[in-house]
Amino acid sequence: MAHQIIATSRSRTGIPTGRLAVWWVIGSEILIFGGLIASYLLNRFNHGPSWSIEAANTNTFIGACNTFWLLTSSLFVVYAHAASERRDAAKTRMWIWLTIMLGGFFMGFKAYEYTTEIHHGFTLFTSNFWSFYYTATGLHGFHVLCGMVIMAIIAEGDIKKGQNWHRVENIGLYWHFVDIVWIFLFPLMYIAK
Amino acid sequence: MAGHNHPSYLKIYITLVILFIVSVAGPEVAPAFGVFAKPIVLLTAFGIAIWKAYLVCAYFMHLKFEKIYAPYILLACFSLLFVFFFGTATDAMFANGHNWVKPVSEEAAVEEAKARSYVLHGSHDDHGEDQHDDSDGADHDDDHDSGDKEH
Repeated sequence: MAHQIIATSRSRTGIPTGRLAVWWVIGSEILIFGGLIASYLLNRFNHGPSWSIEAANTNTFIGACNTFWLLTSSLFVVYAHAASERRDAAKTRMWIWLTIMLGGFFMGFKAYEYTTEIHHGFTLFTSNFWSFYYTATGLHGFHVLCGMVIMAIIAEGDIKKGQNWHRVENIGLYWHFVDIVWIFLFPLMYIAK
Repeated sequence: MAGHNHPSYLKIYITLVILFIVSVAGPEVAPAFGVFAKPIVLLTAFGIAIWKAYLVCAYFMHLKFEKIYAPYILLACFSLLFVFFFGTATDAMFANGHNWVKPVSEEAAVEEAKARSYVLHGSHDDHGEDQHDDSDGADHDDDHDSGDKEH
């Protein structure tokens, strides 16, 4: 008698495979962003006065607004996850698109900030501080952009069709990590002057 | 992770926003506390950043309810990071070593940074708001970088 094969999870760790893979990504990102932040600290300890003068040129107001957007977007994406557990497609998509909107606010503010700084003559090659600033915030901004694109794909490609609900949690984990990176970049680049 | 009871996400968020406000306000009011200014800045800026990161990890990422493997993976990555940090810091913190020297002296770097700082010079009238926002930062620098003042 032939049995119909039903797809099941084969996780040996007890963590669903997709989520475990996201933890893998986050573990790798800790080394990437952690390495950047650790190098920044090394230089900051070593070049205190000159780096303080350079850091005074960053715009604290915009940095604070961007922190607020990301903190709020973290709440929205966790609401999207809660809605996905209830299999509420409309609410899940709504919270995901609100998260994307706040990601858009972040990118818009960042674009304005970059424009202002470049206008003042601060570019990637101005000094070590600005090299770190543009590398760290640029790489972070790229992660925000990737998160926004993936969330849009999940909202329209999966949730709209009522499939792959677990992806909402997975992208949520990634988004929270992006938020945590900014939680550390904000005091380093904008507050500790 | 549907098996555990969700915490109140709104309460966690409100806590995060309050911590965020304290982290921004702390360095602004710190100079009024004299010798305690630096510890207050460090505590409010970086101590609170660690607290905020913990709240996001524990409750928004559900790490508190995740299988034990996930926190171990993250801790292993952090440990590796610290190995590299302390491995390089013990040498990189010096200005010179065996047959190497850093190309730019700190004094020259300070002069260059001052020369291009629009906050210190107060030019660029088309960005008056920026100057206002960052003028506190310039004063702050002057407080800490004694002997480097330009008026």
